[in-house]
Amino acid sequence: MTINLLAFYAFAAAMIGAAIGVITMRNPVHSVLLLVLAFFSSACLWLLAHAEFLAIALILVYVGAVMVLFLFVVMMLDIKIAPLREGFARYLPVGIVVAAIMLFEMLTLIGLRRFSTVPPVADAALAAGLSNTEWLGRALFRDYLLPFEIAAMVLTVAIIAAVALTLRNRSNTRKQDPSKQVLVRKEDRLRVVQMPVSGKEPRA
Amino acid sequence: MIPLSHYLFLGAVLFCISVAGVFINRKNLIVLLMSIELMLLAVNMNFIAFSTYYGDVAGQLFVFFILTVAAAESAIGLAIIVALFRNRSTINVGEIDSMKG
Amino acid sequence: MITKPLLLTIALAPLLGAIIAGLFGRKIGRAGAHWVTILGVATSCVLSFWVLKLLVLDGAASFNEDVYTWFEVGRVSAHVGFLVDRLTAVMMVVVTFVSLMVHVYTIGYMAEDPGYQRFFSYIALFTFSMLMLVMSNNFLQLFFGWEAVGLVSYLLIGFWFKRPSAIFANMKAFLVNRVGDFGFLLGICGVLYWLGTLDYATAFANSSELTSHTIELWGGHAWNAATFVCIALFIGAMGKSAQVPLHVWLPDSMEGPTPISALIHAATMVTAGIFMVARMSPLFELSETALTFVLVIGATTALFTGLIGIVQNDIKRVVAYSTLSQLGYMTVALGVSAYSAAIFHLMTHAFFKALLFLGAGSVIIAMHHEQDMRYMGGLRKRMPITYWTGLIGTLALVGTPFFSGFYSKDAIIEAVGESHRAGSGYAYFCVLAGVFVTALYSFRLLYLTFHGKERYVVEGHHHDDAHADDHHDDAHHAHEPGHLEHAPHESPLVVTVPLVLLAIPSALIGFFTVGPMLFGKFFEGAIFVSERNDVLGEMAHEFHGPVAFALHGFTALPFWLALGGFATATVFWLLKPSLADVAARVFAPIRKVLERKYGFDELYQALFARGSVLLGRGLWRAGDVAVIDNGVVNGSATLVDRLSGIVRRVQTGFLYHYAFLMIVGLIALLGVFVLTR
Repeated sequence: MTINLLAFYAFAAAMIGAAIGVITMRNPVHSVLLLVLAFFSSACLWLLAHAEFLAIALILVYVGAVMVLFLFVVMMLDIKIAPLREGFARYLPVGIVVAAIMLFEMLTLIGLRRFSTVPPVADAALAAGLSNTEWLGRALFRDYLLPFEIAAMVLTVAIIAAVALTLRNRSNTRKQDPSKQVLVRKEDRLRVVQMPVSGKEPRA
Repeated sequence: MIPLSHYLFLGAVLFCISVAGVFINRKNLIVLLMSIELMLLAVNMNFIAFSTYYGDVAGQLFVFFILTVAAAESAIGLAIIVALFRNRSTINVGEIDSMKG
Repeated sequence: MITKPLLLTIALAPLLGAIIAGLFGRKIGRAGAHWVTILGVATSCVLSFWVLKLLVLDGAASFNEDVYTWFEVGRVSAHVGFLVDRLTAVMMVVVTFVSLMVHVYTIGYMAEDPGYQRFFSYIALFTFSMLMLVMSNNFLQLFFGWEAVGLVSYLLIGFWFKRPSAIFANMKAFLVNRVGDFGFLLGICGVLYWLGTLDYATAFANSSELTSHTIELWGGHAWNAATFVCIALFIGAMGKSAQVPLHVWLPDSMEGPTPISALIHAATMVTAGIFMVARMSPLFELSETALTFVLVIGATTALFTGLIGIVQNDIKRVVAYSTLSQLGYMTVALGVSAYSAAIFHLMTHAFFKALLFLGAGSVIIAMHHEQDMRYMGGLRKRMPITYWTGLIGTLALVGTPFFSGFYSKDAIIEAVGESHRAGSGYAYFCVLAGVFVTALYSFRLLYLTFHGKERYVVEGHHHDDAHADDHHDDAHHAHEPGHLEHAPHESPLVVTVPLVLLAIPSALIGFFTVGPMLFGKFFEGAIFVSERNDVLGEMAHEFHGPVAFALHGFTALPFWLALGGFATATVFWLLKPSLADVAARVFAPIRKVLERKYGFDELYQALFARGSVLLGRGLWRAGDVAVIDNGVVNGSATLVDRLSGIVRRVQTGFLYHYAFLMIVGLIALLGVFVLTR
């Protein structure tokens, strides 16, 4: 088991270091990359905790999609870093003090000693003879089907909202308006004109 | 086996780091957003640890939903930042105070 | 057999007429309006006579049933129900008959009024309300009818709503009646509180319980509950039946059209109070104090309002004061426990006073709405039917033997003489003096109007066209008083036929009904008189038929007093009018007091009207403007404005301030948990 413990310490150290880097880096691109590292380390820690599905999901969804989105945005926007950094040194002690107080309060509240000796029960998924993914899947699609559907709705709405927020109408582009095309009537385009039957010569 | 308290301690530390991040990067909207992601990660850490140690599926399912909502939140947040940058040419929070009372 | 549908028809037929005439008046036109209402009232009238016949001749049992349950709360329940016994039946007949006569008469009187349909709708509605009042079998419905007739009275006094005086008068009537109604409501509440029911039959059956309760009012003096309830109820009657000191509204109510004065302010509505007290006789019999109160108030009203009648010049006002005086007589009868006599007088008075009012109205039509008697005179030849019917009414009013008024009034006077109740001595003096006064003003009216020289001028037809439309408009007083465009002539048939039809009962009804109604067992079961108070019972021993009663009347004091009044009036206003002026000068101070009506109006005006205006202004300034407007309404707005001015500084618009506050809050919350762990 010491291998597990060692791995835990290694990944934990990497994650803490990466997290500190995220909030202190000067360049946002570096921050994002360190955030990726933090997520990756955390996924490894979850693997150690037998949460294989979520670990993989975190890497695929977060690192693969969301973090790339972050990177994309950071690179796309031409951000002047200097004004964003002002007051950094001034607020650093305050931030550290606040964080320290909060850490102290949290640890006091949790009472770590109580949990240091909690004996882990046998892995529930293995006990049921299932893989972690199947274990989760069964619960998700049987007991949590409605929340699952709602989560899907939330994602859909988020996509539409993101598109709507960033959509721009450029005036110089030529494009079709399908709704106007559909609403066209015959009278708008076609005019039937009564003409005299030819035969009589028009008088000069 | 890794004790539960290790995970809890790790979660608390991660959360406090992100709180400090909110403080010291108070003007950089993107780093603020990243700090929030870190906070959510800290919370997820606790959920997963408890779920595993008590053999309860609900904790991991909750993480699943948190990931979903967090993804939606960061997508919209980034979209807002893009729209904001387009209109104001800055993401400096110190210059954005048109919502004041 | 009296059935529910029969009674419902009686009550609702006039209402139906009122609704049709009121809502669809424009569609059905003038003739439609009067036909539909007259039909409704005539139905009621015929059926009321039928009910009376069933009760009296066929000996049917009286009817007491609930028709509809309005609501039930706890053990209190409110019903709409009918109690029809002989007392009710007499009232129903009087109300519907007089109402019918007035309906017919109105066709002539209001012929050219623009509010014709409205008027018919109102009087039919009045008939319905009055029927609901008299037919009620519980206090709540009584109160409903009570207020409904008050409302219609208000509407009709102010019928010519363009006249300021009419508006003043209807406001006055309404307000004065509120005072009475307050007492009435207190009385009803008392009944509910002590007896726990609003139903007549139950309340009367347990009425003796009242005497075992007391109530402490001012000064710690304990009042018997029966006395309290009865006096409170009687205060209601004082308002409705215009007893001193709440009588002030009735003379002013003459601003309304004359048919209304006849129907509402003489024959029916004002007698509602009398009827109510008679109906409540089981309660009133419990309290000697309350009856004494009734007696004194009634006697005062009977004499002192009659005196005012002598100096009035407006023909309708003389009759109005006469009505007040006669209502006083009825109240006196109630006060000596001669309830039957009161109802009897109510009935005869309804006929002859309606007759007098309609007669006065007929004169007013002839005089083109001139009401001042000083510009009349000598109308006897020109208006024979009006004159003769008016004479019959006058003879009945003054109590000429064999006429109906004689039987009822003499019975009251004798009953007062027989009574040993405290205050009966004073009452006896008042009613006797009242006989003299009644004769005096009655014949003064008759002489000034119908006899003597013509004191008006007929101007001929030279500007007839210009005024062709004006002469029925009462508000129009552009012409000189006493100047007429046409010579007065007898009124049309729709006016004279009701006069004749009313003259018949005015003359005869007393003769035929005095025996059973006063001294027989006619009202047995409807009116309750305890053994020791039964003055009519004592008088019954000396009653030997109406003829003997009348013949005995010739030798009694009241007759000679009336004769004295007649003689005085004849001398002053027929034979030697100059003597009247001399008397007026000699008695100038008294005359002045009478002309100012003892100063009641001025007193109320100064005390209550001005007082309430002052109070209202004070409340307006202190309560409305200072507290509500500036304090509560604007004050709260200012407070919110100031507070939000301070609070808005918190909202800086900077994201990191909000984040900072959230984190501080989180730390504080955690701190609380840590400390209380």
